[in-house]
Amino acid sequence: MRIYVDPKIEQRFFRAVLWLFTGVTVFILFFIIFYVLKRGLPVVSLGFLTKNPVEMGKAGGIFSTIVGTVALTLLAILIATPLGVGSAIYLTEYTRENWVTRVIRFGSECLAGIPSIIFGLFGFILFVTKLGLGWSLLSGGLTLAFMILPTIIRTSEEAIQSVPYAYREVSFSLGGTKWQTVTRVVLPSALPGIATGVILGVGRSIGETAAVIFTAGSSLHIPTSLFSSSRTMSVHFYILAREGISMANAYGTAAVLIIAILIINVLAYTLMNKFMRKYC
Amino acid sequence: MSIIEVKDLNFFYGRFQALKNINLSIDERKITGLIGPSGCGKTTFLRSLNRMNDLIEDVHIQGRVLIDGVDIYDQGTDLQKLRKKVGMVFQRPNPFPLSVFDNVVYGLRVHGVLDKNTIEDRLQWSLKCVQLWNELKDRLEVNALSLSGEQQQRLCIARLIAIEPEILLMDEPCSALDLIATARIEDLMRELKKQYTIVIVTHNMQQAARVSDFTGYFLLGELIEFGETDQIFTNPADSRTEDYITGRFG
Repeated sequence: MRIYVDPKIEQRFFRAVLWLFTGVTVFILFFIIFYVLKRGLPVVSLGFLTKNPVEMGKAGGIFSTIVGTVALTLLAILIATPLGVGSAIYLTEYTRENWVTRVIRFGSECLAGIPSIIFGLFGFILFVTKLGLGWSLLSGGLTLAFMILPTIIRTSEEAIQSVPYAYREVSFSLGGTKWQTVTRVVLPSALPGIATGVILGVGRSIGETAAVIFTAGSSLHIPTSLFSSSRTMSVHFYILAREGISMANAYGTAAVLIIAILIINVLAYTLMNKFMRKYC
Repeated sequence: MSIIEVKDLNFFYGRFQALKNINLSIDERKITGLIGPSGCGKTTFLRSLNRMNDLIEDVHIQGRVLIDGVDIYDQGTDLQKLRKKVGMVFQRPNPFPLSVFDNVVYGLRVHGVLDKNTIEDRLQWSLKCVQLWNELKDRLEVNALSLSGEQQQRLCIARLIAIEPEILLMDEPCSALDLIATARIEDLMRELKKQYTIVIVTHNMQQAARVSDFTGYFLLGELIEFGETDQIFTNPADSRTEDYITGRFG
């Protein structure tokens, strides 16, 4: 038997419930950020940012880990972007939908769901030991690149597919080749979407710990080449907290990491809006 | 003088035959109008003249389409050159989401014209041709999508004639425009036919009667009748054509 509820009361009730759900989500988010910043910011100073760690990180700053994070993320993006965007172009523009493309797409989606520690283990076995690259920026960068590749492929593919077919048609009708059409019409229009994928990749790389600790190692020295071992901020945080070296410095590192991610996101979306206005 | 000769053209989408045994010759520097109900093959026919149908999956074609005496369905046909020569204006104005300048010079760049003076000349010449130069000469950097529908369609025509085609295929170029804009685009077509051969598909019989020198009537994939526009509209040979133009059918 159904109980009759006045639709107006029902409406008010569910609006309150939805408001509550949203409120809880936002509260948890802000609470985490607030808590980390509150515990971390007091130790963050210019010296903390510009000095190298001393005594395993008990004292000193986190400069070498900032360098390590930036280098590793940059490397991962530089490797993954051409591969990912290239595959997306191939899948959308150069093949017709058939079982091969479906298998590739399914594979890349599975890849996206694999836990990062498995990527770490894979990277360790393949790059660090089999290929003899050792714990190095290169091993870590390659591992991270494979980890973020599915995200970049997926978002680029969606961005490319959302470019109206009419643009391609006009370009062909004016005598453009497929390659000219892709580079001059499709990619510029798809750029904001592709950029979103790359930014998501940056976000994942910066915060990644498990895949990196196995492949890039945890040296506290400033990396000098692609073959140097290096420690990222998130790995530094993990080691400081787990080994009980210094909780204060661990939270300091976390605060810097969170602020960096916030700044990157804001910058990226501002840039993207500019592009959008130019092309759409 | 005929510039396009179509001989025994049959066209299939999968198993569906969209064009049945079309024979037709189209005169140079004239406007040829194609009329008929929706889904009767007018657009398919138009797109088979610059091989835009090649982009669709699972189509095949029999017969010959000769342009300047050369079969465009020959093995060695250079599609880029063919489409440069036989350009197309679409039903909906479809400028790229780029500036007016980038739109007009797109075709030139694609065909390797890099010289600044040439680009400048062609830009000015083609915008003057479509009577947009005075309106837009100081606004070449604005996004083409911010123009009115009529301006956009004129821009698309400018973008096309910038690469100096010989034949313009127009697929209901006025169907997204109001009456006044339509009248002005028709004036433009009369102006353009001094230099170009125009083939236009239209739903609008009055439009065909107003602008075209020759008219062809398509019904269910067949070319029922083709001849001078006056004769088709005043004294059609086929009773099906008469039914259509008098509004009894279609």
